[in-house]
Amino acid sequence: MIVSRRWLEALLGRSIDPREAAECLTLHAAAVDAVVPLHQELGDVLVARVVEVRKHPDADRLSLCLVDPGGGAPPVEVVCGAPNVQTGKVYPYAPVGAVLPGGLKLERKKIRGVESNGMLLSAKELGLGADHSGILELDTAAPPGTRFIDAVGIADHQIVIDVPPNRPDLLCHKGVARELAAVLGGTVKLPPIPGAGGAAPAGGDAALGGRRRAPSARDGVAARAAEPGAAAGPSGRVISGVVDGVDVRLEDPEGAPRYMIAVIRGVRVGPSPQWLADRLTSIGQRPINNVVDATNYILFELNQPLHAFDLARLRGPAVIVRRARPGEKIVTLDSVIRTLTADMTAICDAERPTIVAGVMGSAESEVSTETKDVVLECAYFQPTRIRRTRRALGVSSESSYRFERGIDMLGMPDAVRRAVELIVAVAGGEQREPVLDLWPEPQQERTIFLRPDRVTRLLGTAIERSETEQLLSAVGFFAAPKEARLAVQVPGWRPDVTREVDLVEEVARLKGYDAFPDELRPYRPGTVPDAPEEQARARVRDRLVRAGFLEARTLSLGPPDGPETVAIRNPLSAEEAHLRRRLLPGLIRRVEFNWSNRNRDIRLFEVGTVFRVPGGERGAGSGSLPEEWTSVAGVLTGARRPPHWSEGAKVPDMDIWDLKYHFELAAAVAAPGSLVQPVTEGGGGWAAVQQDGEVVGWAGPLEADAPPWAAPLFGFEVRLSMIERSPVAYRALSVRPPVERDLALVLPPGVTAGQVSDVLRRAVGPLLERVQVFDEYRGPEIPPGHRSVAWHCTYRDPVRTLREADVVALEKRGLAALEDELGVRRREV
Amino acid sequence: MRDLLAALAELRERLKEIPQADERRLPDLKTEILGRKAGALTRILARVPKLDPASRKEVGAAANALKREFEAALNARERELKHAATSVSSLDLTMPGRTSWRGGLHLVTQVVDEICEIFHELGFTRAVGPEIETERNNFFALNFPNDHPALDAQDSFYLDGDLLLRTHTSPVQIRTLERYRPPIRVVIPGLAYRRDPFDASHSPVFEQIEGLAVDEGITFVDFKATLAAFARRFFTPDTQVRFRPSYFPFTEPSAEMDVQCQICRGAGCPTCKQTGWMEILGSGMVHPAVLENTGVDSERYSGFAWGMGPARIAMSRHGIPDIRLLYESDVRFLAQFAEGAR
Ligand SMILES: [Zn+2]
Repeated sequence: MIVSRRWLEALLGRSIDPREAAECLTLHAAAVDAVVPLHQELGDVLVARVVEVRKHPDADRLSLCLVDPGGGAPPVEVVCGAPNVQTGKVYPYAPVGAVLPGGLKLERKKIRGVESNGMLLSAKELGLGADHSGILELDTAAPPGTRFIDAVGIADHQIVIDVPPNRPDLLCHKGVARELAAVLGGTVKLPPIPGAGGAAPAGGDAALGGRRRAPSARDGVAARAAEPGAAAGPSGRVISGVVDGVDVRLEDPEGAPRYMIAVIRGVRVGPSPQWLADRLTSIGQRPINNVVDATNYILFELNQPLHAFDLARLRGPAVIVRRARPGEKIVTLDSVIRTLTADMTAICDAERPTIVAGVMGSAESEVSTETKDVVLECAYFQPTRIRRTRRALGVSSESSYRFERGIDMLGMPDAVRRAVELIVAVAGGEQREPVLDLWPEPQQERTIFLRPDRVTRLLGTAIERSETEQLLSAVGFFAAPKEARLAVQVPGWRPDVTREVDLVEEVARLKGYDAFPDELRPYRPGTVPDAPEEQARARVRDRLVRAGFLEARTLSLGPPDGPETVAIRNPLSAEEAHLRRRLLPGLIRRVEFNWSNRNRDIRLFEVGTVFRVPGGERGAGSGSLPEEWTSVAGVLTGARRPPHWSEGAKVPDMDIWDLKYHFELAAAVAAPGSLVQPVTEGGGGWAAVQQDGEVVGWAGPLEADAPPWAAPLFGFEVRLSMIERSPVAYRALSVRPPVERDLALVLPPGVTAGQVSDVLRRAVGPLLERVQVFDEYRGPEIPPGHRSVAWHCTYRDPVRTLREADVVALEKRGLAALEDELGVRRREV
Repeated sequence: MRDLLAALAELRERLKEIPQADERRLPDLKTEILGRKAGALTRILARVPKLDPASRKEVGAAANALKREFEAALNARERELKHAATSVSSLDLTMPGRTSWRGGLHLVTQVVDEICEIFHELGFTRAVGPEIETERNNFFALNFPNDHPALDAQDSFYLDGDLLLRTHTSPVQIRTLERYRPPIRVVIPGLAYRRDPFDASHSPVFEQIEGLAVDEGITFVDFKATLAAFARRFFTPDTQVRFRPSYFPFTEPSAEMDVQCQICRGAGCPTCKQTGWMEILGSGMVHPAVLENTGVDSERYSGFAWGMGPARIAMSRHGIPDIRLLYESDVRFLAQFAEGAR
């Protein structure tokens, strides 16, 4: 929402500092995004008085003026070509050195032999219009030397407010001025309309309600109080009236709870007077014609959308407010044929819809230069209805924006009265009959009870009841004591205030959040334990970082990845239409991105959420929640470690054995108790398998779009488990010396190192402290298909020193078992 | 026996050679004296068993004593040489040292941890919740009106039925309030989703940290004080903080917290759009409707809640111009913050 500083000043009846106003609004009402000064490019232009006009000695069309530039300086000579220059009058003057709109810098120069000290300016030269027939004569009391923009009414500031959806009252100048007055002091008064005949507003109270016909004629102040959106009367009921020959029928009181029509006859549609056009341009609106500009003025002054249409184009003449019929069509102002549905409210004449209620009118019913008689609509349209209509038609307007947020239903009579007054003032014509007001279910201000002690209890600082009353009344609430409480009447422009706590917020913000201390007070510890998921994630992250991996964060949206992928109903793009089922594909894309940036050595990991359709493939669409869990994945490619000069430049690339190490490490932390086993699926690699047989992880070589210089790529992924881990138990450290023996074995085809280690451990028992492969060999000395694998074995007895003979016996036991179970023998040297 | 003792005496003289031996000589010298087969002392020791018992004892003792002396001297010299080799000024000590790959946490993880840690000190534990949520938890229980603009399908990713990817971490407020009794003090880190195309300042997937405190007697002052304390610990102790009105359906009063721009220290700069302030978090007192929707007595209990974007905070604190840098995972970018964000 853009408001004009000058416009606010007109409402407040005093000048304001735009920065102070912005600060005040930001701290008490709604954030100001920007303060934009207008016409700053005219800052060098001064007001100057011409004290003498002479003929230019050398040119008939030019005159030589003696100009008083103000500031006590002596008059200067200025050459002027304008026919309208006159002694004693005041004009905009650009002295030497001034920069004009467009960036031109004025220099002292000779014109036909006479030196000119600056320039008197036309409207066109000021960028304020097309008039270049003469210099701009100023009607100002400002003394010479005053800055032009300070002397005339165009210097202004736009204050750009980020109005939250709950504050429709801030969508107009009056509402913003109200907030400023509440905090900075002062009162808000609507400025008189120029040319509207002064003090007594046209029409007065008598202009209202004259022919209202409300069938369920409740007394105006009847019980229907604090129920916003209370259902309208029984359906099928029609409320109607006639105003100045126009038949008005409200057939959809649900869509239009209050509907007012005024008729103004005999207008002359044409350009707006300057003051009105200036008001609109100052907030970035384009003036259109006097009637439309008048309605827009009221929109931005009072937040009351109005619609003016041409009476001559209304068949009937009638205005019928009803639900649209499905398939009904209307050509809107933007020349688009739009098809209506029964969810929308249409404003129709005797034959067809002319307006999509609250959203947009039709090209043919609009006010044009031919319009003589104007029908002026002032309505309250149901916010949700407008939102749905706007969304369905994909079109919005300043009016729909306001109707959606809720306008002041109680303020409508004042708004329409002022609108009529303004239209008559700027376009002529007369209002022959009072405004027709169709309001089947009259409402009055909502009353909310506020407990003063509740204010103090929620805000944490004692606030006097009188202060509460004063703060609330400053923005239009009416607070009256009722026993221990305050009965607070909520003005119609605050639809957001519906319960006690909303008033507490009003008190807090008007007092100023900064007025509350920020002292830490004691608190009770919470009952919620730290989430084990977060602890598990932190553990595995820490472990992988220590192993030299960099943490990546990839987006969880991607292409489909198998039939179990969860699909998004309204994706942004086909490539991001699914939720990831695994982390590895995303990480592979990140590796490819790194390769494209010529990064060769890459070790990335991610800890993130993955998703799967409920119950696997069959459960899709059942409406139950898809499964989601935390996964841990890593990818690795490139040199095993950074090269060091002492060892030569080339460091070996990471291979499948680096992968195995990192996978075992990740599996041990992420899925405690799982075993890493070789698998053939997925191109071969390993799986991490839990005791119950569930596969919780996989590792292996990865396919990727690799440049020729890239090293092989490997990856692993493990499902993070939340198993409670038991504390590590201490094992006694033996003080006996170890005995180390190497064992070279010949393994027949099909026998694995894992089997050999297992058999050895089992056969030798706990005295075999460690058994570790240190070599593998295939060659002519070994039978074909066989291989020689060498183990380094460490024997130790925790309580006594092992002798050579003991170890030989243990080794023999191991060898016997190996031969027996696996056909493995010692390699003959 | 005499000749053996004489040989030992002669051999003892050679001890003097040891302190003079350099790196090349020392191994040879060791072999000459103690070599397994031809070492001078080894040979003497080999003859000891053949002596008569009395001589055996005397010579054996002398030979073994000498052996220990040699071993000690050789070891000492070895250490001396090794020490000289590592400290000598002949080395170019500007040559790079040996390194290993350094891993590191993602910058956003570090910031999330930093934030959660500060709140941990203020008594908050970590809570989490699922990323797929119901409309009820994501909107309605949080007091969003039925026709609130945020409910526009334009802004949220929908799955089957009324399931959607949570648009904020706030539904975990609902889950926490329904599962635990007050006092509640939690911080809720997690991912949230909005239908914003991926560009320099938006990501459809983003991190959020939610916070919630609910107990008897929690006031606006507690709310301000807790968040201001956080800001001063996260930024600097003298950082200015301000609160200003805002609107969220699930808080009332609602507030936005700004901190003094960390780049210009409040003077105004392009990063803060000349305001001198940086918007850090949206917050407020828990709306009584949220408590009522989760079965908490809103007359007895009150609380405060907030939400903030650690990625955005990281970007402004570290001068990162484009949010995509955070998720592209260029290892050069990740390595910049691997040793810690500050
Ligand atoms: Zn700044």
